[in-house]
Amino acid sequence: MHRVTRGLFRRASRALPWYIPLAVLAVWQLLGGIGWIPERTLPTPYQVLAAGFDLLRDGELTHAILVSTWRALIGFAVGGSIGFLLGLLNGVIPLFEKLTDSTIQMIRNIPHLAMIPLVIAWFGIEEKAKIFLVALGVLFPIYLNTLHGIRSVDPGLIEMGKVYGLRGWRLYRKVVLPGALPSVLVGVRFSLGIMWLTLIVAETIAADAGIGFMAMNAREFFQLDVVVLSILLYALLGKLSDLIAKWLERRWLKWHPHFGKEASPSKTS
Amino acid sequence: MASAFRQGGLAVKDFLNLNEAAGETPLADEEARLSQKQESGMSVELDGVAKSFGGKPVLQNIRLSIRRGEFVAVVGRSGCGKSTLLRLIAGLDNASSGTLERDGKPVDGISPDTRFMFQEARLLPWNSVLDNVRIGVVGSDAKSAKRKAYAALELVGLQDRAGDWPSVLSGGQRQRVALARAIVGNPRLLLFDEPLGALDALTRIEMQRLIEQLWLQRGFTAVMVTHDVSEAVALADRVVLIEEGRIAMDLPVTLARPRERDNGFVHFERLILDRVMTPAGRPAERADTAAGRAPDPLS
Repeated sequence: MHRVTRGLFRRASRALPWYIPLAVLAVWQLLGGIGWIPERTLPTPYQVLAAGFDLLRDGELTHAILVSTWRALIGFAVGGSIGFLLGLLNGVIPLFEKLTDSTIQMIRNIPHLAMIPLVIAWFGIEEKAKIFLVALGVLFPIYLNTLHGIRSVDPGLIEMGKVYGLRGWRLYRKVVLPGALPSVLVGVRFSLGIMWLTLIVAETIAADAGIGFMAMNAREFFQLDVVVLSILLYALLGKLSDLIAKWLERRWLKWHPHFGKEASPSKTS
Repeated sequence: MASAFRQGGLAVKDFLNLNEAAGETPLADEEARLSQKQESGMSVELDGVAKSFGGKPVLQNIRLSIRRGEFVAVVGRSGCGKSTLLRLIAGLDNASSGTLERDGKPVDGISPDTRFMFQEARLLPWNSVLDNVRIGVVGSDAKSAKRKAYAALELVGLQDRAGDWPSVLSGGQRQRVALARAIVGNPRLLLFDEPLGALDALTRIEMQRLIEQLWLQRGFTAVMVTHDVSEAVALADRVVLIEEGRIAMDLPVTLARPRERDNGFVHFERLILDRVMTPAGRPAERADTAAGRAPDPLS
């Protein structure tokens, strides 16, 4: 009996994060259904869902999601690698940091979305423009957090590594990089948010495919259900990438007391 | 805990057998032990060593000669320069002047023969206990490195925790893992920078016994910095007192092992404590005459 209630309780607490979104959906559907929210202002969740099924059937939805995800991932990979490498170089070689850090800080302080007019002038509305913007937005959080992570590795551990003859690459592989990893992953989570934000703006302003294009196109025909669908898609994709980042944290930071409480194969002594 | 310690004692024999199989000197009797001590320990020679940080002298004119296999404790008030001395011997820092030799060769950085135990365990939190010990293995293939690390863990009685993360261990267990990591490479000189300072009294005594046992059986030279005079008397062949960057006292502890807290023990303890407590402004006795005699309260 006791165990049953505890199991129920645990299941209830696992569902806890979903109560508010579900309640919002229910109220929204109710208010729309009885006509308090006019259809021209906001279609009901049911209508949005129906629009989603229609688009799914003719393949437009899948295509839009694929195009947008591809842009996001390529931009993230390019910007993330550059940011990580710069952070690594600047964290490891002081001369390099002196040389590049203030330049990077200057560029970092330009809102990257302010570059849109310039980027359109350079690349038009092709793929390159969006990938460039995403890469630029993603670069800095990863750069900053990698640099910070490398700097904040416990100097005591580095000294220990030196006593035990760890030098050069081995010291980085065994001590510095694992020590910087929690911070790098914070950067990854942060930049995943920026990745979607940048993409939404870029696709809304100038695109010929993708979720943002779908939304803008639907607006011209006043298909508000499709517009709302696009917005919800972004929310879902954002949540999905956050889940992936969290999963990476749990997987790679098993040793960390904060993430690995259950992962440790601890035995009592 | 006590049973874990006894287990550790048994494991010492296993470990030695293992080394024997690996072609090292068997330990047949006391004589063999002593001769092995001569071989496996490293001598340390310091002459006129001084160290200053930013113009501020921390150590001045240190002259110290440590025999092979000797256990030397360095005591002193905090900030007297005793940790700096240890770091110089380790090769972690360079002396400002004077000569430092290990086994007759000038100290030049850290060598794999020398291991250093820090005040904190300094285990890598992202490696398992076993992998942390493996860092101390020198030049072995993965399989035998793992075996050696496991044997060293048995020595300190923690073989059951080999797969755990360091974060789930207690402070004393972490220091035992650090000890296993330090000895797994068969160092000839082991330097301790107050590694037991943060442990509770019981764990401390247990660790002291473990260190003494390992030292007796492995024959390395040991230098231990501590602020605890009774720890120094319990473990060391010789106690060196550092005061304001100079050696103020160099006292051989002529007590038999294993050491009991008897009258002789208390005598040595008081001898050193009295000297520590003498205000620095007073004319200190010369290091060579201080040995074996309490300072005259009227001098």
